[in-house]
Amino acid sequence: MTTKDATYTYTLRLGDDALILGHRLSELCSRGPILEEDLALTNVALDMIGRAQALLKYAADIEGKGKTDDDIAYRRAEINYYNHLLIEQPNGDFAHTIARQLFVSVFEFLFYTELEKSRDETLAAIASKTIKEIKYHMQHAIDWTLRLGDGTSESHKRMQTAVNDLWMYTGELFEMDEVDAQLMREGIAVDLIPIKAKWHDDIKTVLSKATLLMPEDTYMQTGSKKGIHTENLGHILSEMQYLQRAYPDAKW
Amino acid sequence: MVTVDLYPDEVYNLVSEIPDPEIPVITIKDLGILRGVRIEDGAYIVTITPTYTACPAMGMIGDQIKEILESHGVTNVKVELTYKPAWTTDWLTQEAKLKLKKYGIAPPNHSSCSKLFSTAEIVSCPQCNSKHTSLISRFGSTACKALYKCDDCKETFDAFKCH
Repeated sequence: MTTKDATYTYTLRLGDDALILGHRLSELCSRGPILEEDLALTNVALDMIGRAQALLKYAADIEGKGKTDDDIAYRRAEINYYNHLLIEQPNGDFAHTIARQLFVSVFEFLFYTELEKSRDETLAAIASKTIKEIKYHMQHAIDWTLRLGDGTSESHKRMQTAVNDLWMYTGELFEMDEVDAQLMREGIAVDLIPIKAKWHDDIKTVLSKATLLMPEDTYMQTGSKKGIHTENLGHILSEMQYLQRAYPDAKW
Repeated sequence: MVTVDLYPDEVYNLVSEIPDPEIPVITIKDLGILRGVRIEDGAYIVTITPTYTACPAMGMIGDQIKEILESHGVTNVKVELTYKPAWTTDWLTQEAKLKLKKYGIAPPNHSSCSKLFSTAEIVSCPQCNSKHTSLISRFGSTACKALYKCDDCKETFDAFKCH
């Protein structure tokens, strides 16, 4: 594998996480539990879509076939998406949305802090831009985890259920394959082994502060690095890609 | 081909007065969005940087730059987006901060105040200057603002996030 090919795949994976989570969160537009939360979640969605745009544009540039970020975002089949399985999980009740945000944003905070040091200048620049936004996402998710976990018996129960339900999708965040290995040797990719340990510590701290139990590591779902997804992604794409599929090249 | 011979500085001055589409009391120069102008292969390259990665005003600002320059006979213009160095509220001029306050938006403190897990940030009410204010939502009407309320005059107001 050439560095170019590996960097393309690596960038696409990061871009897909941002794109699909951006779409997921945008589903909550006008459906937030309270007005301020509606604004907050859609603000996070907007940040995600901005990051996706930057990353997918870079992926298109690396590929060098004259595609745009939109071509990449809207014209691939499910098996060619590489977002983590956790990202595509449904919004569920508010506790599920928050648990997913907690797991993802703590991971992203640790990950993008390291990616800022990447030898790939574009990835490093995008990382230094996006890390500022991630801090807000993470603080927001932590605040709500504490509030719900250490809240009423009902909110505590729901938050614990959400944490338990989503736990099996967290192992995949730290998987590495030959793309990661090659780019790590070249100082481009982030080593996920130390990230995993830090993530566990941080999540444990937040959960215990929120009076929630940290689930045991049992079976972990996997597949997204090969384009194998849960049934949720297909439903997301059918909505997200509708306009481009029905009216290719449509312009505002 | 550059149709009108202008120095990059002159082009910079022409576009520097463009108001921010979302906060029209300050200009793209005041905000630190306008990063510079250079000539490359006979074209003027105007470099801008987004406040937030998804700032929806970028497209409009790009169009306005081209429009203003075209009205001065400059047609060979490219607007380039950069992420590096990442935009920070430290680039806001003192004058811009005063303009924001007058407009009813609490200006940002130094960017170092956005330290993680610190909730002790003091934001003064732009209406009555009281320091007794509380955060309603970390996310406000645009990506760059948070929502606060004043505990003294009871007004709710937007505060420019430290970034």
